[in-house]
Amino acid sequence: MINFLLLPILIPLITGVILIFFSKNIIAQRWISGISSLSTIAVSAILVQKIRQDGIQTLDVSSWDAPFGITLVSDMLSALLVLTTSIVACTTLIYSFRSIGQERERFYYYPCFNFLIVGVNGAFTTGDIFNLFVFFEVMLMASYALIVLGGTKIQLRESIKYLLVNIISSALFVITVAYLYSVVGTLNMAHISQRISEVDQPGIITVIAILFLVVFGLKGAVFPLSFWLPGSYNAPPIPVMALFGALLTKVGVYSIMRTYTLLFYHDTGYTSKILATLAILSIIFGLIGALAFADIKKIIIYNIIVAVGVILFGISVMTTDSLTGSVFYLIHDMLIKTTLFLLIGIIISITGTSKLQEISGLIKKYPGLAWTFFLSALSLAGIPPLSGFIGKLLIVKGGFEAGNYLGAAIVLISSLLILLSIMKIFINGFWGTPRSYEGEKKASVKTLMIAPIILIIISILLGVGAQAVYPYISQAAETLVKPEIYIDAVLKE
Amino acid sequence: MEFLMSIIVGIIFMAATYLLLSKSLLRVIVGTAVLSHGVHLLLLTMGGLKKGAPPILKEGLTSYVDPLPQALILTAIVIAFGVTSFLLVMAFRAFQELRTDDMDQMRGNDQHE
Repeated sequence: MINFLLLPILIPLITGVILIFFSKNIIAQRWISGISSLSTIAVSAILVQKIRQDGIQTLDVSSWDAPFGITLVSDMLSALLVLTTSIVACTTLIYSFRSIGQERERFYYYPCFNFLIVGVNGAFTTGDIFNLFVFFEVMLMASYALIVLGGTKIQLRESIKYLLVNIISSALFVITVAYLYSVVGTLNMAHISQRISEVDQPGIITVIAILFLVVFGLKGAVFPLSFWLPGSYNAPPIPVMALFGALLTKVGVYSIMRTYTLLFYHDTGYTSKILATLAILSIIFGLIGALAFADIKKIIIYNIIVAVGVILFGISVMTTDSLTGSVFYLIHDMLIKTTLFLLIGIIISITGTSKLQEISGLIKKYPGLAWTFFLSALSLAGIPPLSGFIGKLLIVKGGFEAGNYLGAAIVLISSLLILLSIMKIFINGFWGTPRSYEGEKKASVKTLMIAPIILIIISILLGVGAQAVYPYISQAAETLVKPEIYIDAVLKE
Repeated sequence: MEFLMSIIVGIIFMAATYLLLSKSLLRVIVGTAVLSHGVHLLLLTMGGLKKGAPPILKEGLTSYVDPLPQALILTAIVIAFGVTSFLLVMAFRAFQELRTDDMDQMRGNDQHE
């Protein structure tokens, strides 16, 4: 049972490999990937429970001792993120069955889907910096295939940009690893952390920390490095967009969280100031985009950047409260962004357009859709009983405690403007006089609604049942606040 | 030796950056290839360039070069290879569909496909 934390990586990997052999048999593909994603959820839920009872789980792959082999580490943070990833993957998969279309399904959509999950789960679980790079590449390679699959003009055009940005950021990642290796001489994250604390973070380590911020900022769309995101995320079909929006940027955010709390926590004066500034700028930039566009896809896409900013602000403050808030908000945001993408996907499949001016009065014919959207909009903005509230509350509280009043105030104001941007969709799209749309008959709204309804229920439970979830989240934040726990678990001193 | 290598790596990065900022897509792809060469060379340099035997276990040998960066480079090379071939095929497809390799003409948004 000690290999248990490998299962969330292994199950999608094996599924992906098996699915390659059945590429033309769509029914078999759906069944196999559906069952495997359900079992991934089950396995990761058991993993979370196991960590709750026994503490951090580590696995030295092929029994090489910690700094010498690759060590996989599942602490509460990574296990929770793996669980969230599995839930997002499963619901997106259910949605894909109805919406992705047979042409794409026949050309290795499901294998790519599974390999993407392998990369994401691996990146969350690994304890080795170069292995993190490899899992990033697994994830990115699958995402390249998914973003261009179908080969429409807009997809080809935007994929080239997406590829180029990620190739450059991967090259930067390797450069940064090379620098770090030449300074500390090890690749295991716990061991790196120990070595850095021995030399007490000289200037060169701070430079490397900033380089890591640039690398992960490019992956995670932090403000000046988020220029590629609005165009690229606009191109692929809705389920792929939902996967990207929920998972890819969040892996970058997780990596920033991990490196800044585990490796570079000694001399935080400079790094945290930069992190806070970039976070606030991301929030502002994202808000400007979200308010400026009258295109429902674009509004949600810019909201990704806002959420990245909010989470990063929590990380930059570095108190227990703010880190707990960041973890909570990260999980909430993965769920709610998927919900929103899937919901606007349904709107687009009904109306055939993503322009807000051409949509109105949907609530008459689709009350279920409307109220689900309303709930997820409130949850995104952080209205108290729903899941977005507690995370933001803790982040703001941490910000005020640490004396960063400006940042905390901007996080608060951002909620209001997020609500405005998303209510714009609700008021313009759902209220007003009903219209009829071409192709409305074909849209199978009832079956498409299954996935977002599951997600919104989980999200509501996360908000209402915060009392029950809180111990898990605070255990996750505890490792972030006290990296010794992580180091001791890996190096077993 | 490391000093010389650093200068060379710097020149490679400079050339790669210049190519990446050019108009033609093919030049940009050449830029990514040059960039990955620079990255791999840097990885080798940063591992240290001390004199020693190749890292193959033989009797009577005492000093080896560091085997770890070599393994890392080998991994990075195949990844870069896979990504580059994907990018080349995609550039080919994009040329077929869009009839241009000028990065400036690949602008635009979903209003005009």
